[in-house]
Amino acid sequence: MLGTILSWTAVVIVAVTSTGLFLNRDWRWDLGMLAIQYLGISILVAQHWPLGMAAVKLVTGWMATAALGMTLTALPPQTDTEERFWPQGLGFRLFMVGMIVILTITVTPRMANYLAGIGAPVIAGTILLTGIGLLHLGTSSQIARVIFALLTVLGGFEILYAAIEGSILVAALLAVVNLGLGLVGAYLLNGTMTEEE
Amino acid sequence: MNAPSLWIILPILIGGFTLLLLDEHSIAITGGLVSLILAGIALVVPIDEAMGFGPISFKIASSVSFLGRSLVLSAAEAPLLAMIFGMCALWFFGGEAAGVAKRLIPLGLIITALLVASIAVQPFLFASLLIEMAVLVAVPLLSPLEQKPGQGVIRFLIYQTLGMPFILFAGWLLAGVEASPGDLALTVQSTVMLGLGFAFLLAIFPLYNWIPQLMEESSPYAVGFLLWILPTTIIIFGISFLDRYAWLRTSAQVIDGLRVVGLLMLVSGGLWAAFQHHFGRLMAYTTIAETGFLLLAVSMAAGTSADLVFLFLIPRGISLAIWALSLSIFKTKDETFHFSSMQGLARTYPLATAGLVLAALSNAGFPLLAGFPPRLALWQSLAYESTDAAIWYLVGLLGLMIGAFRMLAVLVMQKEETTWSLKENLVQRGMLGVGILGLFILGIFPQVVGSIVEKLPLMFEHLNH
Repeated sequence: MLGTILSWTAVVIVAVTSTGLFLNRDWRWDLGMLAIQYLGISILVAQHWPLGMAAVKLVTGWMATAALGMTLTALPPQTDTEERFWPQGLGFRLFMVGMIVILTITVTPRMANYLAGIGAPVIAGTILLTGIGLLHLGTSSQIARVIFALLTVLGGFEILYAAIEGSILVAALLAVVNLGLGLVGAYLLNGTMTEEE
Repeated sequence: MNAPSLWIILPILIGGFTLLLLDEHSIAITGGLVSLILAGIALVVPIDEAMGFGPISFKIASSVSFLGRSLVLSAAEAPLLAMIFGMCALWFFGGEAAGVAKRLIPLGLIITALLVASIAVQPFLFASLLIEMAVLVAVPLLSPLEQKPGQGVIRFLIYQTLGMPFILFAGWLLAGVEASPGDLALTVQSTVMLGLGFAFLLAIFPLYNWIPQLMEESSPYAVGFLLWILPTTIIIFGISFLDRYAWLRTSAQVIDGLRVVGLLMLVSGGLWAAFQHHFGRLMAYTTIAETGFLLLAVSMAAGTSADLVFLFLIPRGISLAIWALSLSIFKTKDETFHFSSMQGLARTYPLATAGLVLAALSNAGFPLLAGFPPRLALWQSLAYESTDAAIWYLVGLLGLMIGAFRMLAVLVMQKEETTWSLKENLVQRGMLGVGILGLFILGIFPQVVGSIVEKLPLMFEHLNH
């Protein structure tokens, strides 16, 4: 019972944080959201992996967030440049998130039947994160936002993949990929700083 | 001593070491020599066989255990290692002439090692994770710290990253298909997943827009290296799926799908190449057409043998290296690569012009050049299967040929009184000379690499006859 409550709490956490990442334009809040999102991801991963391995997700996620955070702190104040994609209003983005939430609510029970043994919270978390992450990826071209979106999509994928593959090698390689994405994001952000100087 | 340590760990360590070197020349020599030695060892020293030198005997073991899984480079993979590291030697020696040795060699060695690891990892499905790691290492190669990252590098990162989950899920679904072969829905789902994964990784139409963008914004030599090594490894990874799953290689729909996508890549790449006004974008569309050739060869290979695929790999590597090197040389004169600003450069850069045009012609399948024998063999095989496909193949080749002749026309477009000069430096002349010679030798005597190419399919259990 406690496990179920914890799992659904994690789903709520990832829903709130991924939505926050998508809607919010202040990188300080975004970093906080990303860090909390990794907590939710780790709880969902821990449904199928030992706690130690799930903790690796949390630690590498936080390390990637820290790498991005250190670079963003060093950057001059960012003005939120207008994206070329249309439309960009808060209402539109909320509407899109709403669509993903509805999709999650309708698809999760069917998927849970189809993928027996994985559990509805894991499936819901996966659909929410990949859906909102892809939405984020499709509506942004700024480096920091692209990296946040990629980390969100990967997070969603990792929740489901943890349920079907328990190899230590996969856990290690996925951790390296997450950390690598954070470092590559930091590197690319440094490139924009050089240009501004 | 074991093979994964020699061909995976050692290049990573040496790549790390070359990061500490300051001189371009010593970096290029170190990287080139290390690659050449590793290629030589792969050719000469048998894997998993004891060798004796007087009282001393040693053996290169084929596998090593890593985090509960194995990395295996057996004797069957030795020709592939020789080819990959041999071609890397060519690229790395040319790195100095192209002026990118400081970035290309350290990162190139690490990328090569990770891609070799992707071939070695068991189960082979995990290869997509190692390919993703190679992609992450490639980002600093494409976008130097002093340059603002462009949209091309960001799209490259996004598309390659999105490919990985699809492949991993497809692997999981394929295991289900193996367990219940009659489940049609599961078969379709796994094929679609696999197709999407490879569409992202191989930049299949319409997901290839990052390639021309990268050619505009990054060093042509660095992009050329990646456009050679990534599709080469990913195609081998793709053939591993066909080799592993009998239903996949015998499925008429999969073979037809591969053929249609291959033709789409070839024709779209060829037609876009014919109408470009930018030398870099022209190379980009040619590499897209090259992926089309590889997919067509895989579609031919699906039922019988992978021989045809491997015929393409060495000529492709050489022509891309020469093309990219020539563009890098032109970059010192003009960074825009637009036709209007490149007019008449043949008089001042005759060797780079020759390299560029011959590489383009080789890619278009011009006789006597390295690209001709594999293209002819593929065209012949395709014509047996479908006349329509053979005609579309010709359309693609014509597009590439027109692009090559348009480049030639632009480069020689100059007033008669302009004097000839040779502005390429000694290293550039040497590398271009070797490359051009290689294009002709492989075109006239393709059997010189026969000993390697014939053995390459042996790494597959079912596609090797």
